Amino acid sequence: MKVESRTPDPTWRDTLAEITSSGSALGIGALILALLAGSLMIAFTNAGVRTAASYFFARPGDTFAALGRAMVGAYSQLLRGSIFNWQATTFTGQITPLMNTLANAAPLIVAGLGVALAFKAGLFNIGGRGQMIMGAIASGWLAIALTNRAPLWVSLPLCVIAGAAAGALWGALAGWLKAAMGAHEVISTIMLNFVAFYLLQFLLGTRGLLQRPGTSNPITLPTAGSAFPHLFGSTFPVRWSLILAFAMVAYCWWLLNRSVLGFHFRAVGENARAARVAGINVARNTIGVMALSGALCGLAGVFQVLGVILTGFTDGIDAGIGFDAITVALLGAASPIGVLLAGLLFGAFKAGGGNMQAGEGIPIEIVTVIQSLIVLFIAAPPLVRKVFHFPDPRKVANARLERQAAGLSASQGGTGLDLMPGVPQPPEVFLAPVSPLQEGASHIIDQIGDN
Amino acid sequence: MRLELRNITKRFGALVANDHINLTVNPGEIHCLLGENGAGKSTLMNVLYGLYQPDEGEILLDGKVVHFRGPGDAMAAGIGMVHQHFMLVPPFSVAENVALGNEKTKAGIFDIRWTRKRVKELSKQFGFHLDPNANVEDLPVGVQQQVEIVKALARNADIIIFDEPTAVLTPQETNELMAIMRKLKAEGKGIVFITHKLREVREVADRITVIRHGKIVGQASPTATDSELAAAMVGRAVQLQVEKQPANHKDNALVVKDLIIPNSLGQAVVDKVSFTVQGGEVLAIAGVQGNGQTELAEALLGLQPKATGSIKLDGRELIGRSPRQFLDAGVGFVPEDRNADGLIGNFTIAENLMLNRGNEKPFVKRGGLHLGYRDDFAAAKVKEFDVRTQGIRNKVANLSGGNAQKLIIARELSKPLRLFVAAQPTRGVDVGSIEFIHKRIVETRDAGIPVVVISTELDEVAALADRVMVMYRGGVVGIVPADTPREVLGLMMAGISPEKAADAVGQMMGAQR
Repeated sequence: MKVESRTPDPTWRDTLAEITSSGSALGIGALILALLAGSLMIAFTNAGVRTAASYFFARPGDTFAALGRAMVGAYSQLLRGSIFNWQATTFTGQITPLMNTLANAAPLIVAGLGVALAFKAGLFNIGGRGQMIMGAIASGWLAIALTNRAPLWVSLPLCVIAGAAAGALWGALAGWLKAAMGAHEVISTIMLNFVAFYLLQFLLGTRGLLQRPGTSNPITLPTAGSAFPHLFGSTFPVRWSLILAFAMVAYCWWLLNRSVLGFHFRAVGENARAARVAGINVARNTIGVMALSGALCGLAGVFQVLGVILTGFTDGIDAGIGFDAITVALLGAASPIGVLLAGLLFGAFKAGGGNMQAGEGIPIEIVTVIQSLIVLFIAAPPLVRKVFHFPDPRKVANARLERQAAGLSASQGGTGLDLMPGVPQPPEVFLAPVSPLQEGASHIIDQIGDN
Repeated sequence: MRLELRNITKRFGALVANDHINLTVNPGEIHCLLGENGAGKSTLMNVLYGLYQPDEGEILLDGKVVHFRGPGDAMAAGIGMVHQHFMLVPPFSVAENVALGNEKTKAGIFDIRWTRKRVKELSKQFGFHLDPNANVEDLPVGVQQQVEIVKALARNADIIIFDEPTAVLTPQETNELMAIMRKLKAEGKGIVFITHKLREVREVADRITVIRHGKIVGQASPTATDSELAAAMVGRAVQLQVEKQPANHKDNALVVKDLIIPNSLGQAVVDKVSFTVQGGEVLAIAGVQGNGQTELAEALLGLQPKATGSIKLDGRELIGRSPRQFLDAGVGFVPEDRNADGLIGNFTIAENLMLNRGNEKPFVKRGGLHLGYRDDFAAAKVKEFDVRTQGIRNKVANLSGGNAQKLIIARELSKPLRLFVAAQPTRGVDVGSIEFIHKRIVETRDAGIPVVVISTELDEVAALADRVMVMYRGGVVGIVPADTPREVLGLMMAGISPEKAADAVGQMMGAQR
């Protein structure tokens, strides 16, 4: 397959820009490709398929039939585990999968928003895990301390605020290291993940701190006393944290599209030098966006402690959500609405994956593989475009501008306005979105290639 | 080798970028292609260089039709191109850059020594001063361009295309390039020189072809006057000299005293600079690029936090303040590098027009952006400042250089101003836009605002200045009246004091007589 020639070495910032500026088509395309590739793996791991394949040349039909069964089985299990269980006899049983999906989605959505917000300011927050853990520590500690001491309407908001604040602090620390010391946020956030994780282990392993009294196991006391109330009754795991997650989606949308702060965040992310000349304090915005990003990830930690695991938590409280959040943010093209949808999808994967293992004997890891493949495909937009024959957004924009310019010059022909300089603009102007440097590099490649 | 383009037509959709263009370049000839930004010069050259395929017409070399499928074919046929943006690998040495894509091997092993020798030979032959072992990133821009030329020559190019070569050069480097072009011509090379700078055209061209809106509108003689050439290029009479009344001084002023700006190594790049600009006058800061003007301009917006000394605007001390505080004090600032410092390419025109006004009342309503006001404002400014665009929601990256610059000027002049600083306000801008921008700068001055213009173009300095301050190695050589002869300014830019420069020029004139 011939793939259109690329800039030889796009920086991660370029790639990020391309991903975050691409439309929903790219995400959906990547999802479809990942599901197809996932099907192959399902086929390979399915016992029936392997058995049939052993006598493939004798009766090839059996193999294909087994393949079909495996795939239909796997994906119907996935669907039944995540959206709607049509085999259940009661209505409750039928919609339980959907409720599981929603419950899973809440922390994924807020953490995804956190990572996406940093993306918009040109920062790569890999520290979702650490920020989540800090949020979990703060809110968990407070929840345990307030158990039976304060009513829920006092303790819950306090725990939420404490968790978000702890996450914000952890994020702001990385932001400050970048703004003041020039430390790259990718490195500092990864390192801060370790610090947070081992801090939690220490707290869990030390008597008198977070460790449950009367045991030497690294587990805390229950946090149920300050937990989010159930949203649809106690049969379903969905809690009010989901509503808070939706509210955060709305807030982030407003922040990015309608607020001065978001305008400045985006300006710093797109061109920090121009932002500085425009009087925007780049350092303060870097710290600020990392604090907000960390607060949202910290909130995901709160959601875990006060919404999912209420019987006392261990060092696995983050449940990989801190890293899944990066995937969610990428799949959602860093837009709040996109993150909402991607978070729901990943929640569904999580809910349906277990069902797939139980029902069809397909390893739950397949779900993780599919999630990883989604990111892989998203990271290579030209590949997805090639497969689905999507047009290149830059080329589309250029073509549109050319048409407009042509129309403009045509309409001016009769009015005598063609004496005005600068119009019409020829195509070389429209190729401008590619920076001269990139263009230069591709010319060099062209020249080398032609020799 | 004789190059001939016959009826070349290149269309992009409905747009005809080149409309039946005929052009010949003879050996030992400098053929100038003159046209505004966007007239179709670069498209034509990209067709010639194999980057685009023509829709109609043919290319002939020595009377034979040739087809170029890519730059490789064009190079093999003896056509070289010196791009406006250099195609060099900065960390590589000169020889490595010259060898890139044209590597000589000996027994299968890359023979860099051969290329080194070749670079030395060519340097000798054409008068370059190139060290084949120097790293390209350490070389000044003018020398980097020589590497580009040597790259073409090393591949035995007989026809060399220069695409806006002087856009990045200082006046001195430009003169050096002109000398090189004459030498190339004397060696029998054919040269295509693309530019929109009239002075350069008249200086070296043997023939001039003017392109407008993708069509050849005529040939011009090198003896034509600037205004004739400009009129042919733009399609109407252009005022090259801005009309302006004598300066009408006001009391408000920018007073800079003993300004010192250290670089990252602690060396002073601006050393004890003092000057005053009264309201209603334009002070032009002239000098060869890299003598501290850039840093001085940045300091006038608080972009040099380590600057010491005094910057007083209307009696208020601003040194040590943040860019935000400078902006709030009423400073309008046009940065030298508009794409890096002035605009955000992926933002819309409307967003860019309010980039530095995110803390101001009508743009912000109840903590949120007032989108209605923003869009009305943008629409009005786009109209007032004649920014050619399809709409205020277009991305700025799609604007041509002149329109992008007009956008910045629009933004900076729409604020309540107490000082206006413009660095290289017309660099890479077409003639029509230059006229417009100069007019707006003079209007700003006439409104009683102190104006500082930093420019390496003496034409621009002469057009705008009421007084000229010449900088050399971070210091002020002198502040002289605007009617100081160009030759004197040129000598001052090399660090010679105004009195000595005037004497030297006077003697020269006397000797000529």
